[in-house]
Amino acid sequence: MNNIIETLAFYMRFPFVRYALIVGVLIALCSSLLGVILVLKRFSYIGDGLSHVAFGAMAVAAVLQISNDTLIIMPVTVIAAILLLRMGQNTKIRGDAAIAMLSVGSLAVGYLLLNIFSTSANVNGDVCSTLFGSTSILTLTNWEVWLCVITSIIVICVFCLFYNRIFAVTFDENFAKATGNRAETYNLLIAVITAVIIVLAMNLVGSLLISALVIFPALSAMQVIKNFKGVVICSAVISVLCALFGIIIAILFSTPVGATIVAADIAVFFIFAIIGKLVTK
Amino acid sequence: MAYITCEDVTLGYEGKPVTEHINFTVNKGDYLCIVGENGAGKSTLMKTLLRLINPMSGKIIIGDGIESCEVGYLPQQTVTQRDFPASVMEIVLSGTLNKCGFRPFYSKNEKKTAEENMRRLEIWDLRKRCYRELSGGQQQRVLLARALCAAEKLLLLDEPVAGLDPKVTVEMYQLIKKLNDEGITIIMVSHDIQAAVKYATHILHVGRRQLFFGSSKDYLESDAWKIFGSAGGTENE
Repeated sequence: MNNIIETLAFYMRFPFVRYALIVGVLIALCSSLLGVILVLKRFSYIGDGLSHVAFGAMAVAAVLQISNDTLIIMPVTVIAAILLLRMGQNTKIRGDAAIAMLSVGSLAVGYLLLNIFSTSANVNGDVCSTLFGSTSILTLTNWEVWLCVITSIIVICVFCLFYNRIFAVTFDENFAKATGNRAETYNLLIAVITAVIIVLAMNLVGSLLISALVIFPALSAMQVIKNFKGVVICSAVISVLCALFGIIIAILFSTPVGATIVAADIAVFFIFAIIGKLVTK
Repeated sequence: MAYITCEDVTLGYEGKPVTEHINFTVNKGDYLCIVGENGAGKSTLMKTLLRLINPMSGKIIIGDGIESCEVGYLPQQTVTQRDFPASVMEIVLSGTLNKCGFRPFYSKNEKKTAEENMRRLEIWDLRKRCYRELSGGQQQRVLLARALCAAEKLLLLDEPVAGLDPKVTVEMYQLIKKLNDEGITIIMVSHDIQAAVKYATHILHVGRRQLFFGSSKDYLESDAWKIFGSAGGTENE
């Protein structure tokens, strides 16, 4: 035990480890807040689709050799989010198919582009780390850390300020619209926030595992807690603790960061599901 | 001037008319029941009155000091809501949002409005309960309390007794009647034509076109009643 603490203290001296912890916790917090809305709005799959779009955008940025690729990935993903939401509103089936099309399409095209044009010696390694985020959280530049911190804080502030409205729109969109709330605007807001968080979270868990980060804490909380505020707070706590735990385990035992965090989330989900079953009996 | 005046309104989706030539007026204190068969455009009419969709032609005039955001709405339940983790208090409070303006949080006033309406519908004791664990009748009361928070003057109810058992259905009708007696104008969509005739002051019967509009008394003399009402229009969905 002492040994582990010593090792941890040793690693903590490195700034990149501290950055990873800060960024990891903030992203986990944001994605759990968002997760509650997406799960309840039946939009869980949008997170998945957007993460693949982000992967495609990243591939394009890599091919064009743009060093600051967030500047490309972010706007593309935001636009995709808005488009998906618009399509989803018209008819259910078309929106559903559109997401599947867009997500698989950008995954394939992204991989193709990287393979054809990439200048890197280790294409498969690059792709793997983008998809599963193996080490990128530990290699964040100063600029990326600040971007992440600032956007996370903005997202959290927006969520708090619009909390009541987001609740109303999530629970009953038609009622919100009928009583004179601008439901469309809040849906747009949710779409933009989703896109921003997914781009940020790509650094932490990679684009394939983002959905897990978004969905699991919310679902775990819903097994046990029975009011909206409680669910939001509980899922935030679960997500932050799992992220911290996952990152520390990953550093100590050199496991892949993203997968470790998600494994922790899955474990918590099963624990909460069992608690939920016991409580209702 | 009337609360709502419909002049030769045609309703429909995507260019296909569902029902045409609708004319009616709703005055303060009225209890209007909109009846008709499935697919006759009852819910479409409701959504049009709420301005969720636009009429294809004709005019809907909302007057007499009613802002479009002063209309309370009791929608049919959606799938999403059946397993939504929210407490009763949170849901009822969300009805007061249109009074908040740009304020991000609820003030004492809104909380008081919510409490009053919950006491009025006798669900104050349930305020900390989880919505998805309530019975159907209790859930309807919660949504009704939310609608009352949004508006004091005019309530639009879309099939408020759908899926309720007979005893709770009667209670619900009596509750709505009580609200009407307290001065709230009611517009209700319903299948239950017997109850409509019993409780409502006015009936609007829609089919492919408008079959009847007038007081409940006159409706019992009309052709529409003879065809529809006697042919067992009482079944609930």
